[in-house]
Amino acid sequence: MLKLVDVETCYGCIRALKGISLSVAEGEIVALIGSNGAGKSTTLMSISGITKACGGQILFNNEPIEKIDPDKIVAMGISQVPEGRRIFPKLSVLENLEMGAFLRNDHAEIKKDLAYIYKLFPILQKRRHQQGGTLSGGEQQMLAISRALIAKPKLLLLDEPSLGLSPLMTKLIYSILAKINAEHRTTIFLVEQNAFMALKLAHRAYVLENGAISLEGKASDLIHNENVRKAYLGI
Amino acid sequence: MNYFWDLFLGGLTRGSIYALIALGYTMVYGILQLINFAHGEIYMIGAFTALIVASMLTMQGLTGLSVLILATIVAVLYAAAYGFTVEKIAYKPLRQASRLSPLISAIGMSIFLQNYVMLAQTSDFLPFPNLLPQLNFLDSISSVIAPSDFIIIATSTAVMIALTVLLKFTKMGKAMRATAQDQTMAMLTGVNVNRVISRTFIIGSALAAVGGILIASHVGRINFYIGFNAGIKAFTAAVLGGIGSVPGAVLGGLVLGLAESFGTGYISSDYESVFAFALLILILIFKPDGILGRSSQ
Repeated sequence: MLKLVDVETCYGCIRALKGISLSVAEGEIVALIGSNGAGKSTTLMSISGITKACGGQILFNNEPIEKIDPDKIVAMGISQVPEGRRIFPKLSVLENLEMGAFLRNDHAEIKKDLAYIYKLFPILQKRRHQQGGTLSGGEQQMLAISRALIAKPKLLLLDEPSLGLSPLMTKLIYSILAKINAEHRTTIFLVEQNAFMALKLAHRAYVLENGAISLEGKASDLIHNENVRKAYLGI
Repeated sequence: MNYFWDLFLGGLTRGSIYALIALGYTMVYGILQLINFAHGEIYMIGAFTALIVASMLTMQGLTGLSVLILATIVAVLYAAAYGFTVEKIAYKPLRQASRLSPLISAIGMSIFLQNYVMLAQTSDFLPFPNLLPQLNFLDSISSVIAPSDFIIIATSTAVMIALTVLLKFTKMGKAMRATAQDQTMAMLTGVNVNRVISRTFIIGSALAAVGGILIASHVGRINFYIGFNAGIKAFTAAVLGGIGSVPGAVLGGLVLGLAESFGTGYISSDYESVFAFALLILILIFKPDGILGRSSQ
C-alpha cells in the first residue's frame, strides 16, 4: 500500500533522511522505532507532503505522491496524528473533529462516524463544547486520533502516540489502535520511542538510525533481538 | 448631554469604519503574521471605483438606491480582485522568506497603488456624491441620530455580524480559524492553505471597500491619499484591540473612534491623531498584546 524507495529529505543543507526504503502492506500495523533525531517525524512529514522529499520515491497504491500537495494526500486517504497532537487550541472539541472531516461531504455518514468515535472515547462527547486547548494530554491524544479517524483514512500515520502519557493512558490508546486495525482493517504506520509498546502492537517493524534504516523484521523477532533490547528497550 | 451624545455617535461612526478596515489587517495577520500595508490602498481603490461607477450610472439617468447598490457591488468585486492579486504578486512568492521581506514588499505595494491611482485619476480631491439613501423613517429620527451616522453604524454592524457568522459556522470559516491557529495541522486535515489565504485577502478587501464607500459618502470627497491615513488608523485599531483577534479589531476600532471624537470635542480638534496614538501607547504599556490580545485570552 505504502512504499518508500530511497527517500531523502533535507532541511536546508542537512540531510535528515539519507535514502530510506520501507513498505507497508494493506491491513498491516508497521512500527518505525528509533531514538531522538533519527528522522522518524521527518519520515512521516515527508509521506504527508509537508516537508517535501528531495530524492527517491514515495508510492501510495503504486502512485507517486512525493510531489503532491498535503491536502491532496489527505484526500487520497492518508491521515496523520502528528507529534505533540497539534489540537487546534481555540476550536471546540467538536470543531476539531469537524476539521478532521473537512474533505468529506456525506453529512449523514459523518454523523454516524461521530457517534462511533464518541462510543470509542466517551470523554470526548462529554467535552465536545470545550476548547481543544483545555483538554488534558491524554484527552488531546484521543481527540487527535479521532480527528484523523473521522477522515476515514486508508492509511493512518501516528507520531509518538504515547508521548507524555501515563502508562495507563498509553495502554488505552494502544488497545484502541489494535481495535481500529482489527475492525476496520485500517492500515497503521506508527513511529515510536516507546519501542516496547510499538513492537507489541505491530506486525512488522523498522529501526531508524541517523536517517537510515538499520534493521527490519517481524516485530515479535525484533523484540527479542539483542541489539534492539539494549538500545531501545533498556533491558 | 446633547453635545456628549453627538460626540458619542460621531465616535461610533468613525469607529465602525476603522473596525471594518481593521478586520482586514487582523485577519491577514492572524494567518500570515504579515502587516498588509497595502490594505489602506484597497480601501481607497474601493472608494474610487464606487465614484467612477456612480458617475457613469448617474450620467445614464439612474438615481437613488440602485446607484448605491450597483456601485457597491462593482467596488467590492473590484477591491476583492485587487486584494487577491496583491497577495499573489507581492506576498505569495515571499512566503518562505524572512518576515521582513513581505513587509517591505507590502510598503512597496502601498506606494505603487497610491501613485498608480494618482497618475490614472488625479492628485486633487474629487467630490464624492452622497450615495447613502434618503429614507423617510431616517428623517423622523434625525433629531436623535443623523441619517448618515445611522446608515454607517447599521451597515458596519450588519457586515460584521455576517463575518462573524461566516467565521463561526461555515466550513470555510472553520478552515480559516484552524489555519490561523496551526497552519501545518490545517494542511494535515486536508485544508488547501493557499486557497484559505486568498479568501482571507478577498474578504478583507471587500470589507475595506464597503468602509471606503461609506466614509466617502459621509465626508463628500476623496483623493489617492485617503488610504494612507485610514490605513494607519485602522492598523492602530487592530493593534489596540489585539492584532490577530477579530473581536479585538472591532473593539479597537470603536475605542479609537470614540477617543478621537471625545478628544477633539472636549479638548481640541488640532490634536485628533494625538489622541489616537496616545491611547495606543497607553494601552500597549499596560497590555502589550492589546485589549483582547493572545496573552490575555
